[in-house]
Amino acid sequence: MTRHLLSAADLSRDEATAILDDADRFSTALVGREVKKLPTLRGRTVITMFYENSTRTRVSFEVAGKWMSADVVNVSSSGSSVAKGESLRDTALTLRAAGADALIIRHPASGAAQRLAEWTAEPNGSGPSVVNAGDGTHEHPTQALLDALTIRQRLGSVEGKRVVIVGDVLHSRVARSNVQLLSTLGAEVVLVAPPTLLPTGVATWPVTVSHDLDAELPGADAVLMLRVQAERMNGGFFPSAREYSVLYGLSEKRASKLADHAVVLHPGPMLRGMEIASSVADSTQSAVLQQVSNGVHVRMAVLFHLLVGAGTAEVNA
Amino acid sequence: MASASPDRELMSAADVSRTVSRIAHQIIEKTALDGADAPDVILLGIPTRGVTLADRLAEKIHEFSGVTVPRGALDITLYRDDLAGKPPRPIGATSIPARGVDGALVILVDDVLYTGRSVRAALDALRDIGRPRAVQLAVLVDRGHRELPLRADYAGKNVPTSRSENVKVRLAEDDGGVDGVSIAPHGGPQR
Repeated sequence: MTRHLLSAADLSRDEATAILDDADRFSTALVGREVKKLPTLRGRTVITMFYENSTRTRVSFEVAGKWMSADVVNVSSSGSSVAKGESLRDTALTLRAAGADALIIRHPASGAAQRLAEWTAEPNGSGPSVVNAGDGTHEHPTQALLDALTIRQRLGSVEGKRVVIVGDVLHSRVARSNVQLLSTLGAEVVLVAPPTLLPTGVATWPVTVSHDLDAELPGADAVLMLRVQAERMNGGFFPSAREYSVLYGLSEKRASKLADHAVVLHPGPMLRGMEIASSVADSTQSAVLQQVSNGVHVRMAVLFHLLVGAGTAEVNA
Repeated sequence: MASASPDRELMSAADVSRTVSRIAHQIIEKTALDGADAPDVILLGIPTRGVTLADRLAEKIHEFSGVTVPRGALDITLYRDDLAGKPPRPIGATSIPARGVDGALVILVDDVLYTGRSVRAALDALRDIGRPRAVQLAVLVDRGHRELPLRADYAGKNVPTSRSENVKVRLAEDDGGVDGVSIAPHGGPQR
C-alpha cells in the first residue's frame, strides 16, 4: 500500500485482504479487557479534518487512533480558522507544520483528499499520510473496507458473493468505493436504482445494473441500502419520497424475499421508513451495528498499515 | 553469496522431540504442577512457532504428569519496539484461556531467544491482559546476544552464534516437512 488511502482502487486484493485480516485481529485484540489501549501508535499524531457532518466515521477514526495510543486531534470547519475563510491548502500546511503524521479528511468536494495529499507532500517524498474519509460523491474507502469485512464475517467470504447495492448511487461515494473494492475482492455487484440516480458512465463499471429491486432480492447474498442524499440533490430526481420508498425501499414485505443467509447493510445514517423499514433495520438480518464496530477495527487496521513502518526507506539492509 | 556456505544443522527432528520432552519434564519439576498445592500453570506461545511449541509442551506435560495445562497464544506485533522502522507485519491471533491470567504462573514459549526484545514485548502485552503471579520463559534455542536483562527459565539448547548468522527453526505444523534447527551464515534478523 502506498503512504495514503485515497481510493478503494488503490488497494490490491492482497492489500485489502491484509487490512481485513488485521481488522479481524483488532476486533478480538481488546475484547474483555479492562484497559482498551494498545501502545502501537504511541507518539504518532492523527488529525481528523471534518468539513462535513459525521458521527460514525469521525468517532470511529478517533476511537481507533486512541485505542492504539496515537494522539488524536479534531478539526472541524466550524470552530476553526476554516470558518474565517482559511483555504483547505493553508489549513493542511498548517496541520503538517503542527506535526501531523496522518490527516483524515472528509470534505464535500470530490478529489479533496487527493489534493490534500499533493499539497502536503514534502519535496523528499515524506509528509503526512492522508486518509480519505469521504470526498464529495467520489470515494469513501474505509466504509467499503468495513462493509467488506462485515460481509466476510457474516458469509464467510466476499469472493463469489452477489452484493446488491440499492438507491442513490449517483451521489454515493459509498457505492463507488464498494464497487471498486468488492470487485477487487471477487464479488459480483448489482446496482439497483432509478435511472435518474445512476451516474453517466456506469456502463463502464464492473457491475450489472437493474431497476427492479424485487427481481434482484432472491438471489442476493448481501443487500447494501444507500441513504438518499437530499443535501446533494439540486433537482427532481424522483417524483416523491413516497414513490421512491415504494419502488426502492427495503420494506418488511420485500425483505422477506431475501434468502435466509442474506445480510442487510446500511452505511448510516438511516432514513427509517424511506430507504429501509424500521423493522428490517433492527432485524437479525441487519448488520448495521456490526458495521459500526467493524468501522473502528478497520480504521485501526488502516492506521496500522499507514503509520507503522512509515520510515521503511530508512531501514538499513 | 548465500549459496557458497550451506546451512549447518543444529538439531535433528529427534533432537527437537527429545528437547521438548526434556523441557516438559523440567517444567513439571520446577513448577511442581502435579503436586498437592500446584500453581495454575498456563502456557502462552508467541506466534507462530511458539504456539506450536506450547501445544507440544502441553501434550508432553499431560503425557508425563497427567495434568492438563491450559494454553494459549500471545501475539506481540502491536507491542514491538521496532514497529516504526519496518514494514507492517501481519497481526497474529491472541487467545487467552477463559480463566484469564490473573494469579497464574504464566510460562511464555518461543522458538528462539535472541535480543530479548520479543520477550519484553510479550511481557508488555501480558501486563495489559492481567496480573500473573509469576512469569517464566521457555525457549527451544538460546542463541545469545541479549540486549535486555532477561534469561530463559527453560532453554532447550544454548548455541553460540554471531549476529550475522540466522537460526532457523522448522516445525512440521508450521513449515511442513520434518522438524529441525539449522543455522545459516547470513540473513540474520534485521536489527
